This record gives sequence, structure tokens and C-alpha cells, in this order.
Amino acid sequence: MRIAELATAAALMALSLYFMAHAVALPIGWDETSGPGGGAFPFWLSAGMFGCAAVIFVRTWRAAPVREGRAPYFIHPSARGQMLAAAGGLIATVALTMVAGVYVAIPLFMVGYIRFIGHARWLTALAIALGTVLFMFFFFEVTLKILLPKGFTEPLFYPLYALFF
Amino acid sequence: MEVLALLADGFATSLTPLNLVVLTLGVTAGLFIGAMPGLGSVNGVAILLPMTFIVPPASAIIFLAAVYYGAMYGGAISSILLGIPGASTAVATTFDGRPMAMQGKAGLALIAAAVASFVGGTVSVILFTIFAAPLADMALAFGPAEEFALVLLAFTTFVGLGGDDVVKTLLMIFLGLALSTVGLDLISGQPRLIFFDLPGFYSGVSFLILAIGVYGVGEVLWTIEETRGKPSVMTARIGFRDLIAGVRALRGSVRAMSLGSVLGFFVGVLPAAGATPAALMAYGLARSGSKTPERFGKGAIEGVAAPESANNAASTGSLLPMLTLGIPGSPTTALLLGGMVMWGLTPGPMLFIEQPEFVWGLISSLYTANVAAVAVNIALIPLFVWALRMPFAVLSAVVLTLCVIGGYAPAQKMHDVWLIVGFGLAAFALRKTEYPMAPLVLALVLGPLMEKALRQALIGAQGDVTVFVTRPISGVLIAIAALLFAIPLIRRLRARRAARRMV
Repeated sequence: MRIAELATAAALMALSLYFMAHAVALPIGWDETSGPGGGAFPFWLSAGMFGCAAVIFVRTWRAAPVREGRAPYFIHPSARGQMLAAAGGLIATVALTMVAGVYVAIPLFMVGYIRFIGHARWLTALAIALGTVLFMFFFFEVTLKILLPKGFTEPLFYPLYALFF
Repeated sequence: MEVLALLADGFATSLTPLNLVVLTLGVTAGLFIGAMPGLGSVNGVAILLPMTFIVPPASAIIFLAAVYYGAMYGGAISSILLGIPGASTAVATTFDGRPMAMQGKAGLALIAAAVASFVGGTVSVILFTIFAAPLADMALAFGPAEEFALVLLAFTTFVGLGGDDVVKTLLMIFLGLALSTVGLDLISGQPRLIFFDLPGFYSGVSFLILAIGVYGVGEVLWTIEETRGKPSVMTARIGFRDLIAGVRALRGSVRAMSLGSVLGFFVGVLPAAGATPAALMAYGLARSGSKTPERFGKGAIEGVAAPESANNAASTGSLLPMLTLGIPGSPTTALLLGGMVMWGLTPGPMLFIEQPEFVWGLISSLYTANVAAVAVNIALIPLFVWALRMPFAVLSAVVLTLCVIGGYAPAQKMHDVWLIVGFGLAAFALRKTEYPMAPLVLALVLGPLMEKALRQALIGAQGDVTVFVTRPISGVLIAIAALLFAIPLIRRLRARRAARRMV
């Protein structure tokens, strides 16, 4: 847990430095007649962020290694599998959406997650996935006219477009 | 009496068939979301906001306000039946709600919660109606200097009253404000903070993307980690007779409910305080003011009534500064504000003059939403009992899917979906290491307003910084902000002095 806290503080310090490096592209100084320049707001805010993160880092570093009543682990061991499935599944789904579209990625994710992580029956998993797909198509595409990403499966939808638009 | 006429006009807007349907749908959705462990009003509003493009802006806001209300009612359901608060705002409801359910009085507890929520909601909406117009009138005199001072005040309440680690709160405010500057500089129009030269960053980081990341993806990961054990559901059967008995049993709780309602409203108005502390304070006051405080924690009906009336009242209270001043009082109202800006409505005093039918339509819909929420809540209790048995994996799969689609729909960019994934993972790590999330979301929403107000005020005063303290209203606001900022420092000094005395 202490390592996680130090790592977060360090990551936030790095992030603020990165922000600052970007902010200097615009004037960060004070113009006599009009106040701060365009880069001043992001620059000095990131500087404040760096300061806070640094204080937290030093404070955590100097604190006793294990505080009482605090969990020694970052993610509870029994939740690790499910967490990994949710986070990894989400990343894989978004990546697959870029290639094959939402109508391939989302049902795969839902069926896989509900069946294997939730231990629900196949029928339940398939029914929920089918319901979601129908909702996506009729709510977003037909009603709101928002075309969802379809990747290489786009041509398969031409007949449906012809039918509903 | 002018207010009553305006309110009557408002009902003409909110009672149209479309708005009534939207309201009922919103309340029902909110009830379900609130009842689900781990999801509260802020998650519901974040996830459902992209779906509201289907209706006109006024109806969309009515829908979201109804979701907000419904979720406040719904939070009590899992507090009582599962012993896990459905949302953080319903934590205090578990103290006596769970013991009541254990004693076989789950139905009574649910009815008490619903009726108390109704009382809290109604009392606070009346207070809201009384205070809204005068506050908006006062705010008309505000220029950029006052706006800046007000935003500063909102942030310092998080530092002074938020109760989280001060340095971490400050850091989250800085991070949110820094993220809000991504995109084009609003004065010079030059691009800034375009990371990795990705074109997606030119339009900035949308508050909605951050909110879906934090309150959708982040929340699912958080809840998976938190609720490893399987919670047990208490059953509740409710007939008409139970309803009468419930209302009768509540007669002893009138004091607790009225106290909770008024206290909740005023605590809710303060940014950073909000519904959770309001409910806890109301519970504490009801117990210390009771003749039989020993019954509390063992199934006292006042212990359910007080926090439930307070958290509903607080949610109305936090709408007041959002609508009249344009400064949200909670993360949920920050999202409502962001949504209104997206639809071209700028909350603040001018809204009361330019769009009276919208403002009063929304206010009157709060009355209707309360009636709808209490009716739907009690009618659907058996359904909630059933729905709470749904495995969490099903809920998380549905929520994650809605995050992906809802994140894509507004701007139709995969860039935003990847940002949601990133924000979600980061939010989990940050929450795990005890960084508060509310200041981050509020800072991102208020950032553009703050920077614009600051720079406009300075350009107007030709670079003279004293403009913020020499204008009377702005000066007073800045003084209060400075005081709030000093609270943690004073507290620490006192603690240190006390520690020295101990030695």
C-alpha cells in the first residue's frame, strides 16, 4: 500500500512536469496591462500540483512503513481476478471496437463477462447481450441518428441502413 | 406572490405529457440506480447524460433532476435490505435501517425512508422556491471579479470543510483546473496542452468524459474491490395495511424529519458539504435530541427518518447555488451544470431573466418528481427486492458497456472512449490511495469559468490585482475564502499546541 501511495505521488509529479513542459509553449508571465498570459493558468496550476504531490511523496516516505488499520495490499487478493477481467476486458473491448466495431466487441464482452465472471447461465448472458445490441441499434442509430463505430463490419449494415433511414 | 405566479407558469411546462413521461422514467431509473450498491446519483447522471440528446434541453434537465431525486430515494433501499449503502449519501440510513430489517421490520423501514424522503424533498423544494429568486436578483450585480471570488470560495470550502486530506484535496483541484485548460486558450485562441499532438485534445477534455471515467468505470472497479463477499438480501412484503401502519409509526418522527429537512437544505447549499454529511449530522442531532437515545442503532424509526429527509433536502439545496449563481454545490449538480452548458443554457442569474419558463419549469418539476418518486418507490418495492439479487457481474457488464457507448455518442470520437478507460483506471488508483474525487470533477467544470473570470476582470482593471478586494461583494467573498482556507492550518496549530501541553 505504501508503495502504491509513493507510486501515485510520483506519477502525479511526473504528470505535472509534463503539463508544465507543454504550458511553456504559450506566454506564462504577467502582462502589465492584461494580467496573465495564455500559458500562465496551466503552468502555475501544474506547478501547484507538483508542489502538492511532492509534499505527499515526502510525507509518505517519512511515515512509518506500515500504519495500523491499513490494508497491506493495494488490491484485495480475492478481487484481483475479477478486477483484471473488468479492466482488461474493457481495454480489449475498446481495442476490438476500433477494428471490428461495437456490434462484435460489446456482445463478446458482455457474454464473456456475465457467463464466466458472473457465473450466470448461458441463456441469461446471451439474452442480456442481445437486449443491449438491440438497444444500441434502435436507440442510438435509428432514434438519435448517431452512427456507432463498426470497423470492417460496416458493409454488413448497409441493408439495415436502407431499411431504417 | 409573484413567485406563485411564476411557479404556476412553471407547472404549465412541467406538466406537459412529454415532461411527465420523462420525469417518471427519470425517477424510476434513478430509484434503480440508487438502489444498486455502489451506484448513486452522480453515477446515474454521468452514465445517463448522453442518452438525453433524444429530448429537448428542458426535458433533458428535468429527466436528469428526476434521476438525481430518484437515486436519493433509492439509496435507502439497499441500506435497509442489504446493509450496504446504495450510495454514500445513505450511509447513515444503515445505522438503524439494517437493525430494523433484521427484526423483520424491513417493510416498515422502507416506507419510513420513502415518506421521510418525501417530507425532506418537499420542505426543501419550498425553501428552494423562496430563496431562488432573491438570490438570483442579488447575483445580477456580479461581474467577473465576483464570479472569480465565488469559484474560489467553492474550492476553499472543499479545503476547509471537505474533511479529506488538505494537500490531496488541493492537488485534485489543481489537476482538475489544469485539465480544464487543455484545448484552445479562450482569450488568445491559441492551442495549448495538446498532448502527443493528438487532434482529439483540441476540443479539450469534456467534463462528461472525466465523469463517466471516474463515476462509471472507476466506480465499477472500486465496487468490485470493495464487495468481495456476497451480501445477503432481506425480503420485504408490503401491503396497503403496512403503508398505513408505516405512516402512523412516523408520527413520532415529525421532529426528526423537520429538523433533517431544514438542516439538510442549508448544508446542501454549501459546496463540498452535500448530502452525506447532512444525513450524518441529522442522524446525530436526532439521536442527541431524543428522549431515548439508547434505542438508536438498534432499529429506531427516527434513525431512518432523520437521515433520509436530510439527504433529499440536501440534494435540493445543492441545486440552489448551481441554478442561481452557476456554482454547483456537489459533483452531481456539477454534471447538471455541465449538461446545461452543453445544451446552450448558462446557469446563473441571467437564466432567471432570459429563460423564466425553463427555470420555473425545472423548479416545479421538483415538486412533481417528489410525488412521482414516493409513489413509484413504494409501488416497486417488490421489484427492488428482486433486482438486488442480480449478480454484480451483470450490473458491471451493463454499466461498462454504457460507459463505452455513452462516451462515444456525444462527440463520436474513439479518442474520448480511450480517455474514459484511462480516467477510470487512474480514478481507481487515486481513490484507493485516498485522493478525493469530487474536487477534481468540480474543478474541471468550473475551470473555464474561473480562468475567464480572472482574466476578464484583470483585463477590465488593466492588470490591477486589487480589483478583487476593492469591490465590496468580491472582497467579502475573498475574505470568507481566505478564512475557510485557514481553518485546517488553525486546526493543526491548535492540535500541536494541545500536544505540547500534554507533554
